[in-house]
Amino acid sequence: MKIVIIDYNAGNVRSVLFALKRLGVTAELTSGLEKIKAADKVIFPGVGEAKNTMTYLRKTGLADTIYNLKQPTLGICLGMQLLCEHSEEGDTGCLNIIPLKVKKFVATTRDQKIPHVGWNKVLFEKNAPLLEKNKPGDYAYFVHSYYVENGVYTTATCNYILPFSAALKKDNFYATQFHPEKSGDVGELILKEFINL
Amino acid sequence: MLAKRIIPCLDIKDGRTVKGVNFEQLRDAGDPVELGCRYVAEGADELVFLDITATHEKRKTLAELARKIAKHLNIPFTIGGGIRSVADADVLLNAGADKISVNSAAVRNPELITQLADQFGSQFVVVAVDAKEVNGEWLVHLNGGRVATEHRLLDWIKESENRGAGEILFTSMNNDGTKAGFACEALAAVAEQVSIPVIASGGAGSMEHFRDVFTHGKADAGLAASIFHFKEIEISDLKKYLADQRIPVRL
Repeated sequence: MKIVIIDYNAGNVRSVLFALKRLGVTAELTSGLEKIKAADKVIFPGVGEAKNTMTYLRKTGLADTIYNLKQPTLGICLGMQLLCEHSEEGDTGCLNIIPLKVKKFVATTRDQKIPHVGWNKVLFEKNAPLLEKNKPGDYAYFVHSYYVENGVYTTATCNYILPFSAALKKDNFYATQFHPEKSGDVGELILKEFINL
Repeated sequence: MLAKRIIPCLDIKDGRTVKGVNFEQLRDAGDPVELGCRYVAEGADELVFLDITATHEKRKTLAELARKIAKHLNIPFTIGGGIRSVADADVLLNAGADKISVNSAAVRNPELITQLADQFGSQFVVVAVDAKEVNGEWLVHLNGGRVATEHRLLDWIKESENRGAGEILFTSMNNDGTKAGFACEALAAVAEQVSIPVIASGGAGSMEHFRDVFTHGKADAGLAASIFHFKEIEISDLKKYLADQRIPVRL
């Protein structure tokens, strides 16, 4: 089985590689379109800014490649947001694979810090693909200033300032707002499920 | 609910974990990666590694350490010590670091914070601030606390936030190594000043001190070193205690 991690102009992609390695899987970090198309599974990680990243993905042809993927594909953090329709970050049109909107957190009290950084409780929906081994109320690690609204494709929710999508699933696309590669045992369960799909 | 974070801090010198009292008199506390793994198993939410080695080889050894940590740990970590440029930080990002911390170099060249945030995003940039209360005024100090500056703590923290810091790691040098509790009053003032998370450091000696730092000190995270290294407090016991005190923690 070949898993590739899309290597693009973004932050800590190596930690996903290391996380898979700890689970006994050697993935490949690549920006090669043909390699990505030919992979059995694709991980679309990401830390970064939406507008510049979308510009980069379009320029390199990665945007079209990701849009047309038929194999299981996991978007993480910014990767999840870019799978959606539109982001308020830089008023950016995204890949529009999952018809949901990405919005900016707006604090309503002084003690609500933005970005949302740290471990928060996730309510995993019962029998949600990839998440079925997790228990509702397990903690996962988040770092983000924008969130995906709740919708029909939401498979887990988190509550920070308001309830938002902690995980999504549509067709072959899976996504988490939190970082499974940094979420201890909880995250490893999810990555294992993705490997075993 | 967002959990309050417990963060063990590992000071590294020549590849070993060390801990001093009031920034001096170093004691050996073991292999940093091994110790890091122990903390993950005990329930640490995050780790901070600060390299206090002062050699020319440092840049390379710091990257090697970051890579080793990233390979072994499944929770986030921050690494710092002598980062002076975007290039220094880039090496660490590529080695797998989740965040870097800058301290003296940012005070000497505040533009560094802006450059780092623009290049890597605010989530990557922790601004560490060592401050001491002198004649009723909190002043920023440099070089592990040895050099005083004229920067007032609250002004510098606000500037750091405006320039794109993602988190503030505030160490009170009056409290550091004393085990007499965190500087809760100053911490609360810092937390009020900014809208980014504040990590409290310096003075942890008991479980009650952590309760106080999250309530009176309004901190988002509590950091400590020696009490964890030398097992005076076990992280798992500390978290159970905090949960009993109705402070949200990840158990």
